[in-house]
Amino acid sequence: MTDPSDHADAPLVQLLTPDGRRTTSPGYIYDGTLADIQDLYRDLVMTRRLDTEAFALQRHGELGLWPPALGQEAAQVGSARALRPQDFAFPTYRDHGVVWCRGEDPVHLLGIFRGSSLGGWDPADHHVALPNIIIGSQTLHATGYAMALTLDGLVGTGNPERDAASIAYLGDGATSQGDFNEALDWAAVHQAPVVFFCQNNHYAISVPLERQTRVPIAQRADGFGLPGVRVDGNDVLACHAVVTAALQRARDGQGPTLVEAVTYRMGAHTTSDDPTRYREAAEVEAWKAKDPVERVRLHLVAEGVPDEWFRSVEDEADALGVRLREACQDIPEPDLAELFDHVFVESTVENEQQKAEYVAWRDSFEGSVA
Amino acid sequence: MSELTKMTMVKALNSGLRASMEHDPKVIVMGEDVGRLGGVFRVTEGLQKDFGEGRVMDTPLAESAILGTAIGMTFRGFRPVVEIQFDGFVYPAYDQIVSQVARLHFRSRGSVRMPIVIRIPYGGGIGAVEHHSDSPEAQFAMTAGLKVVSCADPHDAHWMIQQAIASDDPVVFMEPKRRYWETGMVDTAETTLPLLASRVVRPGRDATLVAYGPMVKTCLDSAAAAAEEGVDIEVIDLRTLSPLDLGPVFESVRRTGRAVVVHEAARTLGLGAEVSARITEECFYALEAPVQRVTGYDMPYPPSRVEDEFLPGLDRILDAVDRARAY
Repeated sequence: MTDPSDHADAPLVQLLTPDGRRTTSPGYIYDGTLADIQDLYRDLVMTRRLDTEAFALQRHGELGLWPPALGQEAAQVGSARALRPQDFAFPTYRDHGVVWCRGEDPVHLLGIFRGSSLGGWDPADHHVALPNIIIGSQTLHATGYAMALTLDGLVGTGNPERDAASIAYLGDGATSQGDFNEALDWAAVHQAPVVFFCQNNHYAISVPLERQTRVPIAQRADGFGLPGVRVDGNDVLACHAVVTAALQRARDGQGPTLVEAVTYRMGAHTTSDDPTRYREAAEVEAWKAKDPVERVRLHLVAEGVPDEWFRSVEDEADALGVRLREACQDIPEPDLAELFDHVFVESTVENEQQKAEYVAWRDSFEGSVA
Repeated sequence: MSELTKMTMVKALNSGLRASMEHDPKVIVMGEDVGRLGGVFRVTEGLQKDFGEGRVMDTPLAESAILGTAIGMTFRGFRPVVEIQFDGFVYPAYDQIVSQVARLHFRSRGSVRMPIVIRIPYGGGIGAVEHHSDSPEAQFAMTAGLKVVSCADPHDAHWMIQQAIASDDPVVFMEPKRRYWETGMVDTAETTLPLLASRVVRPGRDATLVAYGPMVKTCLDSAAAAAEEGVDIEVIDLRTLSPLDLGPVFESVRRTGRAVVVHEAARTLGLGAEVSARITEECFYALEAPVQRVTGYDMPYPPSRVEDEFLPGLDRILDAVDRARAY
């Protein structure tokens, strides 16, 4: 990339090159075993399969919309696998890999984009909030959660089973929102145990990075008084190492970190978008050579991981694909009458009256030919 | 056993907050200047000293962040009571309120609870500069997923704030700032009404005045003036704006046949429009006249030197009563 707006000169943490070689960056090491890297690879493959299956389901009319995560798998998996069970993630609508890694059933994601639900899970189950669609709002939720961790005395106790942090997911577009800037400020002022993980995928729908920020996103942290780290977002080892360090810093009571994961949205913004209207094919091709999954595969092959292991991962991905296709069609239709029950914890007379009105109206057609 | 104490609304709110904080360690207070200063209206005075900086938090000056972080805190079981310093400052938080606070319970099919109380000193009549006299209650009352209430006297202020904090649903708590310094008797031992109930504050036979918050006293004054001329007006304090509790209003209008709704907020799509529509739906055959509305005019809040012309007062209210009675 020669475009100066890409901030190509800014330092970038990288631990695995696009051709699958381990490399070094000052201050960061990935200290996992080969088996750990195989686990990360498996998550990358599963995330990609989930994403491509959902894309296909949209094309078959089973989903109304799908925002592809293609190309961003390493950023999502590397960061999410750095979380401990007691940490809490606040994802966006594109962070399918985060939801996967937290252990939440990805069928819920299909439900959202099928028009069947607005979320569908209890965030307390796997410590992952419902994906946020309003851009940037969740950065404040993560900050508040982190402030509450401090109030609860769950920061800096030295107990690895106890100390916790939160992570806010966001994209480059969100860095222009007031909420994001307020979140950085509050987190720094309160030294809240939160990591802001920005996937800079270079586009907010059609608007390129240069229209969002004059300086590298990681550098924005300076003005708020928190560290900013720029990491190769297509390098799962680097993302894991950087976020592991940032989370530990947060849990230890040393405050927040902004991580900019430099990646690329290989697909459209959503299935309704046509990216050929605003970006060049050559740019996409250049990023294809930095694929986040392929570089891990090359590394594992070089490390002697046998073919049959890769085939077993593919088999598992195939099984996930089958399960998603079947489960998608089994997602129950939402019942408007039931939705009245979830407007309030303590329902109101008005709510009950309108529910009764709707049910009576609906039931008046019972038995009639549609 | 009642324990009557005379106090201002500010003091009544303060003692109510204190009682809630003593009762539940998960109740926290946050907002601009609420800690060391005790709030610009002193509603939170002394709370930080007694409960610490962790539970009474001076926040950075950012309303969206006050709400956004409060949401995050509810994920850990906290019950934040946030203060928006003035009505006109709530709009930066509007997105977090309507897109997040009001929806998260619904979005999660009931698994997430948002027990947040959003305290907003509101309304005019204090000679303030711009953005310090707004009445944005309808904008919250029309948002599904929020409950909106307004206290009108110290006793209700003391108890309604505690009831709002105890609610597992989010409550927008509208405080009539022009009544902050008026005193009233507060029974600190017990109260008789739940949070989401309206009540008749003055019985009468000839017409029904429906009001809430700052206009309740104005309506009571109007009724007292009318009584001197032999007109017997019933006054109802709505107390809850969403949901509305209009049973007492319908019962009253069926007796009087005449209703006048009064609020400071602009007329078009204000609470009066909804109340008027529902009275018409429920009391059509009892009505002797169309429901009248006495409200602020459809303009941004004016310079304060003409606010007495803008705000409903005795003359405009009684003129509306006369119009209703002349049908």
